[in-house]
Amino acid sequence: MIIDRVEVETINSFSKLELLKEVYGLISILPILTLLLGITIEVLVIVWLEREISASIQQRIGPEYAGPLGLLQAIADGTKLLFKEDILPSRGDISLFSIGPSIAVISVLLSFLVIPLGYHFVLADLSIGVFLWIAISSIAPIGLLMAGYSSNNKYSFLGGLRAAAQSISYEIPLTFCVLAISLLSNSLSTVDIVEAQSKYGFFGWNIWRQPIGFLVFLISSLAECERLPFDLPEAEEELVAGYQTEYSGIKYGLFYLVSYLNLLVSSLFVTVLYLGGWNFSIPYISFFDFFQMNKAVGILEMTMGIFITLTKAYLFLFISITIRWTLPRMRMDQLLNLGWKFLLPISLGNLLLTTSFQLVSL
Amino acid sequence: MNLIEFPLLDQTSSNSVISTTLNDLSNWSRLSSLWPLLYGTSCCFIEFASLIGSRFDFDRYGLVPRSSPRQADLILTAGTVTMKMAPSLVRLYEQMPEPKYVIAMGACTITGGMFSTDSYSTVRGVDKLIPVDVYLPGCPPKPEAVIDALTKLRKKISREIVEDRTLSQNKKRCFTTSHKLYVRRSTHTGTYEQELLYQSPSTLDISSETFLKSKSPVPSYKLVN
Repeated sequence: MIIDRVEVETINSFSKLELLKEVYGLISILPILTLLLGITIEVLVIVWLEREISASIQQRIGPEYAGPLGLLQAIADGTKLLFKEDILPSRGDISLFSIGPSIAVISVLLSFLVIPLGYHFVLADLSIGVFLWIAISSIAPIGLLMAGYSSNNKYSFLGGLRAAAQSISYEIPLTFCVLAISLLSNSLSTVDIVEAQSKYGFFGWNIWRQPIGFLVFLISSLAECERLPFDLPEAEEELVAGYQTEYSGIKYGLFYLVSYLNLLVSSLFVTVLYLGGWNFSIPYISFFDFFQMNKAVGILEMTMGIFITLTKAYLFLFISITIRWTLPRMRMDQLLNLGWKFLLPISLGNLLLTTSFQLVSL
Repeated sequence: MNLIEFPLLDQTSSNSVISTTLNDLSNWSRLSSLWPLLYGTSCCFIEFASLIGSRFDFDRYGLVPRSSPRQADLILTAGTVTMKMAPSLVRLYEQMPEPKYVIAMGACTITGGMFSTDSYSTVRGVDKLIPVDVYLPGCPPKPEAVIDALTKLRKKISREIVEDRTLSQNKKRCFTTSHKLYVRRSTHTGTYEQELLYQSPSTLDISSETFLKSKSPVPSYKLVN
């Protein structure tokens, strides 16, 4: 009888523990889901912004009839791609063809893990921070290569090869720039990098201490995103649509998503590494003194942090969208020359200078 | 009651609220992002190209020109279609994923236009090759007329019912013709005169077979009339 009761109690407590664990698991999933939702909304906004900005650059109107001001255009495109027929090439490698886009999407989504959107509002404040981003973002070209190879199409294959060559050669100057930044702030964690820029407001930004690094980072992040001066992998006039040629329906939608996610990630990283992250950044005036508000309101502070980060990121996005509709496309040899013969030595020199200055100041 | 006038009454399956709204959602998404294939064979494309630009701007309707048929929903046959172009037009149409729409743009693709009387090479109407949704007359039609055709196509899509589409989808698809590639001996044998005189019987067989198969989907006597 007693044993029975004890057993029942242990079982009860065990099930309670299990329940607690499940609840805890759900709670820990919640921020991830929130971040995913936020990212999706931001991508929709970016797609709309790109179409409207490109329209106003070309003196057009842009999406008008899908929802108010064409705001629902991206949703309409996504739904249509979801309902469309999904064609698998009859001679292609079907498994690689399906895995390719998902690898690209997952690798980009994972790098949102280390981006701080507000004051300590980050999913995982890892001590290797930015290097995680660099490591993960180099998985994406494998997905693109898979997509290009498995389509059984010469344009796809050429596009896949170009994408791989481009992202491998521009990753190196990007990494050197990040190294120089991490030397300045003595840490690889993204939160510490933002904290290190918080001292003198606007003048404490890393962009003033690393102007060459900022330019190199800007160029190579454009190349990593395959945006227009460097959009050789999907050059419409030579390769029909590059590695996306054989993709239809939602798999093409995934590639479309990847390009905008990549853009969002790189502009957020520019904000974090060079533009002072979530700080209000007007020198000698704290944001809360400015509006005479109580600093104890934690939620308000967090919202303001997110708002400031996103504003800076969208400013950078505006620049890259304008660049897309201004500059012509480069040739393949010009692209590789720029990457290997210009950006790589310059970023190396920048790293050397930064290191020696740090040594002298120590 | 006339069933042609009220095609919705014939449907029994679309009575429930959920399926109707889903139907509406898919119709709305289709009509508001009709991506056209960049396809133009002659002067009609000049008018079509001005739609991309700032004065007529078909991005207002959510049209983004795509160069790969795998991502296109709509093909505007802009320009005369010749017999030589006909197989590749049919192939491009076959490569587009369902649901797909066709606008026959200009007189040439409706009836053959000014080539309809005495041309030896023009296809008399593109509807002999692919099913056409909207006929857009004009030689060439003005960009405003193209926008009119687009609004008519949007209206047509908005009244579509999903089940009808899936029924028509089940027909046989054409896959890539299998090119009979085979390993041959090296041609650098030194016995070239013999090769010319005595062609091996296997190659003769295959070449005649592929020739018969690679005819255009519609026999040529149909195209002439």
